[in-house]
Amino acid sequence: MSLYRLPDRGRVDRSTPVTFTYNGSPYTGYAGDTLASALLANGVHQVTTSIKYGRPRGIMAAGPEDPNALVQVETPFPEPMLTATTVELYDGLVASGLSGQGRLATEPDPARYDAMHQHCDVLVVGAGPAGLTAALTAARSGARVVLLDDQPEAGGSLLGTTELIDDRPALEWVEAAVAELDSLPEVRVLSRTTAFGFYDDGFVLALERRTDHLGFAAPEHLSRQRVWRLRAKHVVLATGAHERPVVFADNDRPGTMLAASARTYLHRYGVRCGQRAVVFTTNDSAYQAAVDLADAGLEVAAVIDARPQSPAGWAAECAERGIEVRSGHVVTGTTGHERVIRAHVAQLTDGRPQLRSGIGCDLLLVSGGWNPAVHLFSQAGGRLSYDDALGAFVPSSSLEAVTVAGAARGTFQLDGCLADGGEAAQRALAGLGRPTAGGTPPRPSAAHESAERPLTLWTVPDPDEQHAGATQFVDLQRDATVADVLRATGAGLRSVEHVKRYTTIGTAHDQGKTSGIISSGLVAQSVRAGIADLGTTTFRPPYTPVSFAALAGRDRGHLHDPERVTPLHLLHVAAGADFEDVGQWKRPRYFPRAGEDMDTAVLRECRAARESVAMMDASTLGKIEVEGPDAAELLDRLYTNLMSSLKVGFIRYGVMCGVDGMAIDDGTVMRLADDRFLLTTTTGNAAKILDWMEEWLQTEWPDLAVRLTSVTEQWATVALVGPRSRDVLALVAPELAVDNDSFPFMTWREAMVAGVPARVCRISFSGELAFEVNVSGWDAVTLWEALLAAGESYGITAYGTETMHVLRAEKGYPIIGQDTDGTVTPQDLGMSWVVSKKKPDFIGKRSFARAENQRADRKHLVGLLPVQRDILLPEGAQLVADPQIGPPPVRMLGHVTSSYRSAALEATFALALVKGGRDRIGQTLYSTVGDELVPVTVAEPVLYDPEGARRDG
Amino acid sequence: MQLIPCPWCGPRDEVEFHYGGAAHVAYPEDPQSLTDEDWARYVFFRDNPKGPFAERWCHTASCRRWFNAIRDTATHQVLAVYRMDEAKPVTS
Ligand SMILES: [Zn+2]
Repeated sequence: MSLYRLPDRGRVDRSTPVTFTYNGSPYTGYAGDTLASALLANGVHQVTTSIKYGRPRGIMAAGPEDPNALVQVETPFPEPMLTATTVELYDGLVASGLSGQGRLATEPDPARYDAMHQHCDVLVVGAGPAGLTAALTAARSGARVVLLDDQPEAGGSLLGTTELIDDRPALEWVEAAVAELDSLPEVRVLSRTTAFGFYDDGFVLALERRTDHLGFAAPEHLSRQRVWRLRAKHVVLATGAHERPVVFADNDRPGTMLAASARTYLHRYGVRCGQRAVVFTTNDSAYQAAVDLADAGLEVAAVIDARPQSPAGWAAECAERGIEVRSGHVVTGTTGHERVIRAHVAQLTDGRPQLRSGIGCDLLLVSGGWNPAVHLFSQAGGRLSYDDALGAFVPSSSLEAVTVAGAARGTFQLDGCLADGGEAAQRALAGLGRPTAGGTPPRPSAAHESAERPLTLWTVPDPDEQHAGATQFVDLQRDATVADVLRATGAGLRSVEHVKRYTTIGTAHDQGKTSGIISSGLVAQSVRAGIADLGTTTFRPPYTPVSFAALAGRDRGHLHDPERVTPLHLLHVAAGADFEDVGQWKRPRYFPRAGEDMDTAVLRECRAARESVAMMDASTLGKIEVEGPDAAELLDRLYTNLMSSLKVGFIRYGVMCGVDGMAIDDGTVMRLADDRFLLTTTTGNAAKILDWMEEWLQTEWPDLAVRLTSVTEQWATVALVGPRSRDVLALVAPELAVDNDSFPFMTWREAMVAGVPARVCRISFSGELAFEVNVSGWDAVTLWEALLAAGESYGITAYGTETMHVLRAEKGYPIIGQDTDGTVTPQDLGMSWVVSKKKPDFIGKRSFARAENQRADRKHLVGLLPVQRDILLPEGAQLVADPQIGPPPVRMLGHVTSSYRSAALEATFALALVKGGRDRIGQTLYSTVGDELVPVTVAEPVLYDPEGARRDG
Repeated sequence: MQLIPCPWCGPRDEVEFHYGGAAHVAYPEDPQSLTDEDWARYVFFRDNPKGPFAERWCHTASCRRWFNAIRDTATHQVLAVYRMDEAKPVTS
């Protein structure tokens, strides 16, 4: 047993020793230790050096509020930026101290992360005395209760104290309470779970650490951490309070700790944090630490109480133990290097320290009062006000579905906390309309009555007037001092938010849990304003750091976004297709043969389509069925052209515009029956167009009797393209008359194709003779394989989206969203013919008449032919008029929207949006290619078969 | 994450909904008779008040129905929801 580990105290498991390595040295601790408590048990206070000044830094607290003890854990998996005070010890732990910055693992994290969803009546955050009472009271009424706590076991502050409840040790009461909660079917108790964000309508996010404490023994099947997404009808916040220090010179010396934290180390971990202590306080709470430490065999040299009068009851207790109490005194500084060896003590007269004397010590305990942990309350929209007596911000507004209980609202005595918890639960139950069940409220042991109010003291004046405040650390993690705060206010900053950004106080992992209010207090003093008026900086989630891996949960890799595949996907995979993402769809981009790169494969695929026959999986096209007596009327209002005149059996191309007249989608419309149409949308636009149509139907024209149904997934579509496509179709559809007179362009037929029922359309997105065969998704493989077999003698070639793009671009067919950007009208696209002159109105029509849409210099879709026929223009390249780029601003004429190599043209070509483009046909412009400008000739957008001779085969 | 009460489905997470801008901006009776300016007002101009604001929402990820809501743009609180064929309720 080391000098610092007591044999008879604490909740660590002495039968399970644990070995670990810190900063390269081996140590031993026990199961139940934190890394911090184990280090302290080994006499190690200094854990790292500071980020800016390289000063030795030690463990200052016992919880997540610690500003210093940042560590990098190396095993079993590297993890940066953890606080030693929250890392539970496990066998084989290897860790080292960090100066502000950690190191992410370079290898992928093998752990799994998950999310859980839970609704409840009452969510209680914090399983201390207030939270436990609240949870018990709520649970006994039968309400569905979730109780969260960030520690491995319930009890909160009771874990670090010696209080009695119902005349027995408080932790026995805790144990009974948890057992009762566990026995109730509607109650869930989550330990090692930190509520880190409070959002609207009772939505709370919490991080549960499931296996971190197991180290190498973590079972593989368990997710390491999971984020609980809780929706509660009422939330009880029993989040406790954080002790804050008083700032004095060299207050960062290792061995300087918060008083109650030392008490926690003693009672919870059986660790004495030193051999000879000085306690510096502004309130009563630190006396308990002094007394407990003395009872545990530490020499407590003195209690330095900044108040003029020490509390009589506590003074008597100290006297009993031979502890000197100096009231009206302060600690002004420390001596030591890697550990404090002396506290400088001086009398405080009229706010000025007098002659100093030194008191030897290796432990300097400090208490400047308590800050209620109001983070979640503030995030929930609760207002805070400054409580002068406590020197802290407390909840001041009443939220309908949130109740704060115990120390979180400034109730620091145990009896008050127990009563608070019960009342909070009653308020929650009343709001839910549930009666409160009976039960005897727990009864704590009597507390010391005190007549002495706490004193609010942010800093002790610096005896070193020349470098005043330079070693008085406010935010130890950021190495920000009193001098830094004064520099900020000296520069004219008044807002605590501005001072925070200027000094970086409160921006580290601890988010200023111990430093924030001290900074506010200093600003208030410096600018002679009331701290109540200055307020606090905003409490933003997360309360404690949360890893991105936990937030991402399972939504990583291929689960990051849904992947949609067509019924033919496995065939494409087997055929060695290279895929691209189109929206959420996986589409074959091209089908390379051995040794082919994309360019070669695409040239081959294009040649097959133009010279013989080729086929593509077009199943991803959005398909919407429009049905009802007013179906034709709806389409007339939404498309720029007339759809009601379309005859059953026929197909028409159509464009939809927004009210601003800009093209938003295009596709084909088939009339299936008088009251039934099937329209197609661009692959990536299907959901948007369905929404768009529904919006008009539901909000503007609810009188129209029409129903819209997405049928994208019901149909698999194969485009059969090329001069020999008719021959191939005839082979697989022997009963279908496929000649041009029987089956003309822009018509559709029902037929058996490859032995399965199909709808065959004669439409073409390539300019070639082409068919689109639609079958049920179940029959897609049958169709595809039959077409491949039937076309074999013609060299039928499967092609992907890249070839489709080349073929359509050669014909000047734009892709909405690629060749347009929401500022392009059908007229800009050269498609005035698709805009009805007859219809009195349709969506977008009025906008075409706007002056802006009449301008001659609008950008038009044109073709571009690079003068040097093998230069591929980058899509997005800017176009200019001159071969030399002059001084800025350079006038841009437009940009390249699509650019490909064409087998048919034996050249590269592009589509572009160019100002007044149709009036520039034949002109030479210049396109950026890297740092060069290359000449391009403006051409008609239809570069291949402009007379349309190939359409009918 | 806020709960938005769909008038058809009840309260649901806000991620299920799609925002549709100001409510009660009717498509003009006869757009062709409007001046460019009046048409532009319909197309481009919307109120942006601080406080209660009548908006259209669509419960996209569920019933796919559009409805109207009065929402306080400062607090995000949804003060009322009503179906497309219901009159705008009076909120204080
Ligand atoms: Zn709904």
